[in-house]
Amino acid sequence: MKDFAPRPVARAINWNRVTDDKDLEVWNRLTANFWLPEKVPLSNDVQSWATLTDDEQQLTIRVFTGLTLLDTVQASVGAPALMADATTPHEESVLANIAFMEAVHAKSYSSIFSTLCATEEIDAAFRWAEEDPHLQAKAAKILDDYAPGSDPLKKKIASTFLESFLFYSGFYLPMYWSSRAKLTNTADLIRLIIRDEAVHGYYIGYKFQRGLERETEARRAEIKDYAFSLLFELYEIEERYTAALYDGVGLTEDVKRFLHYNANKALMNLGFEPLFPDSVTDVNPAIMSALSPNADENHDFFSGSGSSYVIGKSVATEDEDWDF
Amino acid sequence: MRLAYYSSSSGNTARFVARLGLPAERILPGAPPRMTDPFVLITPTYADGEGRGAVPKPVIRFLNDADTRGHLMGVIAGGNRNFGEAFGLAGDVIAAKCGVPCLYRFELAGTAGDITRVRQGLDRLWTQIRSTAA
Ligand SMILES: Cc1cc2nc3c(=O)[nH]c(=O)nc-3n(C[C@H](O)[C@H](O)[C@H](O)COP(=O)(O)O)c2cc1C
Ligand SMILES: [Fe+2]
Ligand SMILES: [Fe+2]
Repeated sequence: MKDFAPRPVARAINWNRVTDDKDLEVWNRLTANFWLPEKVPLSNDVQSWATLTDDEQQLTIRVFTGLTLLDTVQASVGAPALMADATTPHEESVLANIAFMEAVHAKSYSSIFSTLCATEEIDAAFRWAEEDPHLQAKAAKILDDYAPGSDPLKKKIASTFLESFLFYSGFYLPMYWSSRAKLTNTADLIRLIIRDEAVHGYYIGYKFQRGLERETEARRAEIKDYAFSLLFELYEIEERYTAALYDGVGLTEDVKRFLHYNANKALMNLGFEPLFPDSVTDVNPAIMSALSPNADENHDFFSGSGSSYVIGKSVATEDEDWDF
Repeated sequence: MRLAYYSSSSGNTARFVARLGLPAERILPGAPPRMTDPFVLITPTYADGEGRGAVPKPVIRFLNDADTRGHLMGVIAGGNRNFGEAFGLAGDVIAAKCGVPCLYRFELAGTAGDITRVRQGLDRLWTQIRSTAA
């Protein structure tokens, strides 16, 4: 009987016929970025860890457990759910890479834990993650959109928010420690994750934009409304999650500025305009330079007050693409 | 004074330039425009893991024209801080190779604050250049 059911032809992926150049570009960047936690000398942070108070240690373990949960969701549900909607075989491959890298991210938090913490503390944090209402609420919101059969564009919205917004209440803390010269090797590992998430959010947001263009104007308006209302719902959860974690160390307000800043970037990845005004996105400069060390050393003409326009000297070039 | 910009199919830089509301020449992969007056270049960054290839190929082809390059007054770089030290690297590479200043860096399609600062900065730059030319 089963021979009668028509099934589509099985197709082999041909990387010599790529219909969307972004697939190859992003594949190349993601594979060039590949890393494993074993490459980072986490044990150099053992002494620094001992200088944190008990509360600070517990906060850090919880923050990393929360991040582990999001990476787990993205590895085992999110990226595979997006694969079902892929419009090119190359997109499926990129998503397979993303799914695998999320599994590496999730595992790397366990490397941090086994280097720095005691087993009981780790187990307690995983129990906390299962019981914390705010963490569970954000995972549930995203998982709703990942359910089989749900709207492909809504899946991509949820996924871009996870990649480009929901992680950042957690990423704040290692950047904060690093700005105070604490847990600097751990921060190096987190920066590798942060760089990966930028490409993930970019790519899923890009595929969202390609999908949205094919819709009617009415559908586009509906989808845009959906994106903004989901962002508001997630933001409310993030506010509560942030307060519950960071009130004790007095950092809640600064973390919220970081959330606003990243919510804007998530919206831009989807092709929308940023929402939060500059007055609430002024993140502590120490956090910004922990994120991109050395990037602000050269004062650009438009940013520096009073700096004047100076013509530099051009340098000879060795790359074959530049003729001069 | 004019603007020239490159933006890939993700369109962030194009959205940034549209919000600036100033006339600008788009650099398309096929036939790059030739600039005959002083101009500022706006380009995103696309480096590999090691910081190589930060300047998009169409921008390199555009700058390979000596006349065009001779009119370049400065560069504004798009990017994303998540790339760490490589944030806005295309701006530094072009600044070093062409001997012009990197005027500004912004993330993705830029915020309202970026738009204001770039508009003001460009005004200031035009004024300075005109006064030195006079
Ligand atoms: C493959 C890839 C590599 C990138 N590399 C960098 C980088 O090295 N530094 C940086 O600041 N931004 C980097 N970005 C971010 C882009 O510069 C940013 O998303 C920009 O807004 C893209 O502009 P466009 O949409 O106009 O092409 C990269 C993005 C991708 C997809
Ligand atoms: Fe991840
Ligand atoms: Fe990711």
